[in-house]
Amino acid sequence: MLLLVILFLPLVAALAVYLSGNKLAAKVALVASVAEFAVSLVALQHVAHSQFEGLSYFHAWIANPNISFGIACDGLSLLLVLLATFLVPVIILSSFGTEQANARSLYALILLMQFAMIGVFIATDGLLFYIFWELALIPIYFIALLWGQGKDKAFIQTATFKFFVYTLIGSLFMLVAFIFLYSKAGSLSLQALYGLNLSYTEQIFVALAFFFAFAVKIPVFPFHTWQADTYTEAPTMGTMLLSGIMLKMGLYGLLRWLLPVAPQGLQTLIPYFIVLAVIGVVYGSILAIQQKNVKRLLAYSSFAHVGLIAAGIFSLTNEGMQGAVVQMLAHGVNVVGAFFAGEVILRRTGTLEIHQLGGIRSIAPRFATAFIIIVLASVALPTTNAFIGEFLLLFGVFEYNTWLSIVAGLTIILGAVYMLKMYQYVMLGEKRATVSAFPDLTTSELAVFAILITAIFVCGVYPKPIMEIAQPALTEILKHTLG
Amino acid sequence: MRALTYTSFLGIACLVLEIFNLRKIVVPVVVLALLAILGINFTEWNGSSVSFYNDMLRADNFALAFTGLLIVTAAGLVAMSGSFYDAEETKLADYISVIVFTLCGGIALVSFSNMAMLFIGLEVLSISLYILAGSKRRDIRSNEAAMKYFLMGSFASGILLFGITLVYGATGSFNLVQIGVYASEGNVDPIFTVGVIMILIAMLFKVSAVPFHFWAPDVYEGSPTLTTAMMATLSKVAAMAAFYRLFSVSFVNNFSGFAWILSVVAALTMLVGNLTALNQDSFKRMLAFSGVAHAGYMLLAIMSLYQNSANALFFYTVAYTFASLGAFAIGISVMKRRKSEKIEAFNGLGKSNPFQAVALTIFMLSMAGIPPLAGFFAKYYVFFEAIKTQHLAVVIVAVITSAISVYYYFKLILAMWTRDSEEGEAAAGGAISYVAIAAICLVVTLALGVLPSLVPSISQMAGR
Repeated sequence: MLLLVILFLPLVAALAVYLSGNKLAAKVALVASVAEFAVSLVALQHVAHSQFEGLSYFHAWIANPNISFGIACDGLSLLLVLLATFLVPVIILSSFGTEQANARSLYALILLMQFAMIGVFIATDGLLFYIFWELALIPIYFIALLWGQGKDKAFIQTATFKFFVYTLIGSLFMLVAFIFLYSKAGSLSLQALYGLNLSYTEQIFVALAFFFAFAVKIPVFPFHTWQADTYTEAPTMGTMLLSGIMLKMGLYGLLRWLLPVAPQGLQTLIPYFIVLAVIGVVYGSILAIQQKNVKRLLAYSSFAHVGLIAAGIFSLTNEGMQGAVVQMLAHGVNVVGAFFAGEVILRRTGTLEIHQLGGIRSIAPRFATAFIIIVLASVALPTTNAFIGEFLLLFGVFEYNTWLSIVAGLTIILGAVYMLKMYQYVMLGEKRATVSAFPDLTTSELAVFAILITAIFVCGVYPKPIMEIAQPALTEILKHTLG
Repeated sequence: MRALTYTSFLGIACLVLEIFNLRKIVVPVVVLALLAILGINFTEWNGSSVSFYNDMLRADNFALAFTGLLIVTAAGLVAMSGSFYDAEETKLADYISVIVFTLCGGIALVSFSNMAMLFIGLEVLSISLYILAGSKRRDIRSNEAAMKYFLMGSFASGILLFGITLVYGATGSFNLVQIGVYASEGNVDPIFTVGVIMILIAMLFKVSAVPFHFWAPDVYEGSPTLTTAMMATLSKVAAMAAFYRLFSVSFVNNFSGFAWILSVVAALTMLVGNLTALNQDSFKRMLAFSGVAHAGYMLLAIMSLYQNSANALFFYTVAYTFASLGAFAIGISVMKRRKSEKIEAFNGLGKSNPFQAVALTIFMLSMAGIPPLAGFFAKYYVFFEAIKTQHLAVVIVAVITSAISVYYYFKLILAMWTRDSEEGEAAAGGAISYVAIAAICLVVTLALGVLPSLVPSISQMAGR
């Protein structure tokens, strides 16, 4: 029952928000999403004590094909559900104090997307997973399209459309793979798929189809070309949802649906996958260094960071996977913080072009402090949340291949280069005309930063509970993957 | 098979109503009568699939299910025709009776078990449609469409008749089951094969599959929009079901020889339909090409003649019919209001009439196969049948073209939500019947997306 509440509460909330009208929408959405977070904390309590009662639900759904409404929540799922339920209220809070056109639709779409993303993280039936996966795409498409903040409307349409089609093509290949698996197993439940004996060629085919679908979403090089434009053009709330939570759907898919289902095929393909991921790490960092727009820079930085997470997963080591889990959470928090810092600047100056900004620190010291903490967390300074994650990821890749880990390790150096350079240009130096009137953080903005920074340090100093909760699920996945 | 009898009577009754000058009540009377026939139709459900008139027709579940779908479609079309033909009140009863006769042809097409009945059904359907295509008598485009459709259609009927004759020459029978017995004995006469290929070509023509699709866009565009809706839904579904019925009963045993032809045709249909739809700026033409593409997806079900593939085909036609009918219901009222058939006519609909915009968006998403809508399960089922019969290559083509199709469906969605219109803030949704039909189609599209099991299984088919 508990899990059903977690899943459906956002859906009910979306309806309530829509009905509550434009004036109240943001407040109702915030209250509902905080309630959702509270409920998911109860689930955390259960999982921490290894009580999984009420955390799975099974109901026959469609007789032909044999599809069930099966949801379950182990440690891995729970952590990602928590990420979603934690970030959505923060994202909603981040919009307080701004005027949104047609607010009730916007917040209803955000909650609808939360519903779909939670569904992705807990579905145990392939087709259900697929349905939630696609369902998540529709709200974010409309959020990006209708509330996009780029000046050129035609370009917003092109960018969001590219995003939609790109991910849809990936998903359709996943659908073909699922149909193929169904014709073999007669069911798409996780157990049936984990127990399936596929021939080597079939596994290669399935692994490629899944990889394509997930790689577009993550994104892994060379499937990333939709990302920067969409991140830049979407409203910041949309960008936060995309980068903070949605791309984790791809990484989660790798762990849950690709690795254990096609292990032997994977063994052959992993060298290619991991090299693509590491190319993304370096390439993304180099692109980030050259960017002249804060949001674009952050988009490429996000591309680089998730490349490393994917590489860690493909290392097929316990350390790599633990790192992936920790870093998924850390990256979610940090990237939302970074995009929010960008949003704060945009609200006050109307621009995110780096060369037009400068000297903000001297007039907005509170913002400068918050921003530097986010920046330092992004470059994985020890005691921040990203440090332990990146360390484990690099360790995992190191166990796979020393040279590869050295190349991937460049991300730490390059990451420091572009983040600190950006901070330097935007925040320090001479005061530019654009920042002449730059009021410091408002209460709600301060609250957003305070929540995120607390999370950064709590997870950075004491990441052990995260790893303990994730471990049983990861052990299970590794057992199926390595045979 | 009482539905066919009653429907024929209903068609005549329409004309009688006209004689007694009861024009005003003809629409509600016919809609109610059709719904009653729908109920009667399903009293025979799961019956012993009795045959009628010397085994001319069979009322098996396949026939009954498709008959039900056709009746619902026709009821929707009749309901809309009241305000569609408001400029030609004097002709209304005539048009409605022709719509009902089209339905008769459709019912014969989905339940025939004799080649003669196939031909009669097809002709009744087609001739009614020729009339309806030309029903805007003072519109030159409507005349052109009727003429074009008539010429092309009679050509195809000729080929069909020729094929039937050759098959009769080889087998000595018009009966589907007996033809099936002959075919399964092996060692068939070459003229049998030639006959089957001619029948195949005629059927491909009727379902507007590539390379026999060229008539469809012109005819769709020129015809009155309500007739276009009828061709896209009722006529296409009936022809598709007839195609399936014919091949699954008579030619299933030596089907492997034709399967590769069908797979090439299906792949081409999906590619050409979807790629040509990309460049259309007229709403009707876009839906015409999208209809061509959907015929390609339905061919996937025919290609994999398993027992279940009848279910896949039926589900696909249900999902497609409701999405199309709903789209036309909204399309007709918007195009009438804004006096244009271009996609630009839908600009700013999201602001001026959110219900229509949301509903049309959902119909487009369903046609594109996005879950959790009916169109998604439709695609899922046909892909599944095709993969089960080792047609992986065609499925990959289908997947890629599905992604392409998103482009033109989204052109409409983008027009509705992101462009501005000259129209004021709130615009009326057209006649109440349009709103009601859009709402019903919307409910069905959403419900089948969540509970696809609502569509009954129709695997039992006579003669299999």
